[in-house]
Amino acid sequence: MTAKPNTGFDISRRSFLKGAGGLTFCVALGADGIRLISEAEAQGAARTMNAWVRIAPDGVVTILSPGAEMGQGSMTSLALILAEEMDADWSKVAIEWAPADAKVYGYTFANQRNMAIVGSRAVMLYFNDLRVAGAQVRKVLLANAAEKWGVPFVSLQTEPGVVIDPVSGRRMSYGEIASFARIPSPLPTVDKSELTLKNQFRLIGKPVPRRDLPAKVNGTAQYAIDVDLPGMVYATAKHSPVQGGEPDNWNDARIKAMPGVIGTMKLSDGVAVIADSFPHAMAARAALEVNWKKGAKAEGFNSEAALNETYARIHADPAAKTQTLDSKGDAKAAFSSAAKLYKAEFRSDYGYHAQMEPLNAVARLNAAGDRVEVWEGSQAPDASRAAVAKALGFGPEQVTFHQCYMGGGFGRRILGDYAAEAARIARDVKRPVKLVWTREEDIAHAMFRPQSFQCLEAALDKDGKVAGWMHCVVGDGGVLLQTGIRPSSYYAIPNQHIEARGVSHGIRVKHWRAVGHVFNVFAIESFVDQMAVDQRMDPVDFRLQRMSITPRARAVFEKAVQMSDWKAPRPAGRALGISISERSGSLGAGVAEISLDRASGKIRVHKVWLAVDGGLVVQPEMARANVESGIVYGLSSVLHERATIKGGAVEQSNFHDYHVLRMSDMPEEMHVAFVDRDAAPSGLGEIGNPWVAAAVANAFYRLTGKRLNHMPFTPARVLETLKA
Amino acid sequence: MVAFTLNGKPVSVEADSSTPLLWVIRDQLKLTGTKYGCGMAVCGACTVHVNGAAVRSCTTQVSAVAGKRVVTIEGLSPTSSHPLQKAWIAEQVPQCGYCQSGQIMKAAELLAANPKPTRAQIVSHMNGNICRCGTYHRIAAAIERAAREG
Repeated sequence: MTAKPNTGFDISRRSFLKGAGGLTFCVALGADGIRLISEAEAQGAARTMNAWVRIAPDGVVTILSPGAEMGQGSMTSLALILAEEMDADWSKVAIEWAPADAKVYGYTFANQRNMAIVGSRAVMLYFNDLRVAGAQVRKVLLANAAEKWGVPFVSLQTEPGVVIDPVSGRRMSYGEIASFARIPSPLPTVDKSELTLKNQFRLIGKPVPRRDLPAKVNGTAQYAIDVDLPGMVYATAKHSPVQGGEPDNWNDARIKAMPGVIGTMKLSDGVAVIADSFPHAMAARAALEVNWKKGAKAEGFNSEAALNETYARIHADPAAKTQTLDSKGDAKAAFSSAAKLYKAEFRSDYGYHAQMEPLNAVARLNAAGDRVEVWEGSQAPDASRAAVAKALGFGPEQVTFHQCYMGGGFGRRILGDYAAEAARIARDVKRPVKLVWTREEDIAHAMFRPQSFQCLEAALDKDGKVAGWMHCVVGDGGVLLQTGIRPSSYYAIPNQHIEARGVSHGIRVKHWRAVGHVFNVFAIESFVDQMAVDQRMDPVDFRLQRMSITPRARAVFEKAVQMSDWKAPRPAGRALGISISERSGSLGAGVAEISLDRASGKIRVHKVWLAVDGGLVVQPEMARANVESGIVYGLSSVLHERATIKGGAVEQSNFHDYHVLRMSDMPEEMHVAFVDRDAAPSGLGEIGNPWVAAAVANAFYRLTGKRLNHMPFTPARVLETLKA
Repeated sequence: MVAFTLNGKPVSVEADSSTPLLWVIRDQLKLTGTKYGCGMAVCGACTVHVNGAAVRSCTTQVSAVAGKRVVTIEGLSPTSSHPLQKAWIAEQVPQCGYCQSGQIMKAAELLAANPKPTRAQIVSHMNGNICRCGTYHRIAAAIERAAREG
């Protein structure tokens, strides 16, 4: 790496703060994103100092990572981005969790700073800030070495962990520099033009093993459920089976007489039991007989009736309240002058996150009862901290949040609701508490990917081009229903009207790995396939010729065609389906090869190819694993996953009736390729799953001449479709 | 009082005889590598070895292991160097990691009985262990690697 231009700062004319036993770089508050500052500046600003990078005299570089780790790898990749620009020796980099303080460690999104690792944002939104921070650290190290040697700053270079003077051949390690160096205040600025060029990256784009894996193969990785505190007691909870219900009374005397039970506690929407062991708490929960107050909104709600009848009625009702999501051109005119019209309806069921670690948190208050510590695996530590503070009537400064690894997140773990529950219980019993929801509770009190009804209409002009597009989604979920409904990043259809019609059932709904994309893309890409079939065109040719396809979308389709050898004949009983989706700035076009057991209705997906445009891929191997995970998550949701609600209560209770994909359902081949495009990183955590449903349904049509229009495609539903 | 050996060391615990082994291991004996996922033996996150056989500790009563040899992920290798652990790293298997102790213990049972399993045998043996991150193909590849490289 060559020295970068000197931007004019001169350490000799600045004030310094001697780092005690090494250098500590801090981060600054700022509306312009993360900014490194010196300790002096941090103290001058009369605020708590927050370390971001520490360089010890032994050369160990500790980088704080704000990348909540739920399996996607961003804990490693965020630290790696900073290490790249500071030209650190990766073997000497240690990674620690950043504290739960969004003002300091948050990224900027929609003019707010937060730490929520959702929507595939981690690398995408931290990328620039972390690069600049790393480059600042490197500049400080170079300047200190230059001063020590009495040579010009610009004459020096770095190799990983070492400053070198090419003229004399002298070398000084970052650790050595840290033992004497001073950090100028303010820190040197870094212009974007000074950042490392792509062809000079040493870490970005190279295969680097994840840092969390060694602890994940020997049982030492710490999840919140593993936290053990002196004097800790165990709690579990039974929330109202009808979502939103309030407890009236329960068999308290009997529960309190059970072995090991320490107490019970009324929650706003449930009852907690506290015991000396988790088995005792579970036994008490099982014995709870709660009378719930009447009047919960979800009372009597029947998800199948809503999906099969109510939503279609709302869609047909011209007076229904409608939210326009996107409107351009003149859709009405396109439809009135159309040469050919198409219309189709699709449905999708509720989906459960099914993260492997049941939701849990550990909380401990101090003796005075005015401070609390919380251990949780959270996608949004800042939000969890705030939720805990609110629950106890505390300010955020009274809450210390300890981040843990997450046994899966998928969008569920950004509210801190169960951490707040644990904190309330801990205050009530005046003991440290580990709250664990049983798997049954985790499902009964789940927050679902909403169910949906979709109606799509398209108008082809006299040249057969798709000139008009209308899409209406109906369901309960607000913005959750709407993600992925705009196809504009892949189809620039000139006239379109996209709308949502919301209802409210009182059922808890939540983000869920790409959430609305799952059913919206299913509908969009099944519908496009249906038009291609009717036009007697190859579905790829139809998209390329008739769908005002964007250049980026064309590139991923062409890559997917090449990867899958799209036009090559397949063995008897096999067929291909193709589709595309966008998510968090990335595009992915994928092909699925399936077969069908017509007796059982079981679809088997044999091979999958996915071409992804995610801009610059910071960690190709981690990214590939993350995209593969998305594909499998998608296959699971498409082939199996179905939550239903009757009388306001969830009907499924564990993995025996909420089926997720197992090893025997895995495709024999799964190929992921990244399209090379010179652009900043976009999100990759959720590009793997939204395209899967339509690709499988389109392949199914090629095999059977029938359309699967209701997700998931369970064997029973497939058999019904075959008979129809 | 129930006595058994845990990872080669004799232990005895005070617990109701019906207490699931899982919670005895995790909360009384403080080995938390074995995980709770479902509590009804349908996900495999709690898999441990009892006298060499993989069992679901969430539905195994502690009284059932009296006098037996229990091995958890912590006891599979004192240096995390069991061929499966090395293969798990080489194939970069874990994502969230929560199910992986159970996956490795289940796979270790397979290789002990069948050092060169076919892919079909691997799938059949591992099918009861859920991985929600969908790392199944890497799990299978890691088992094959461990079989190959020992």
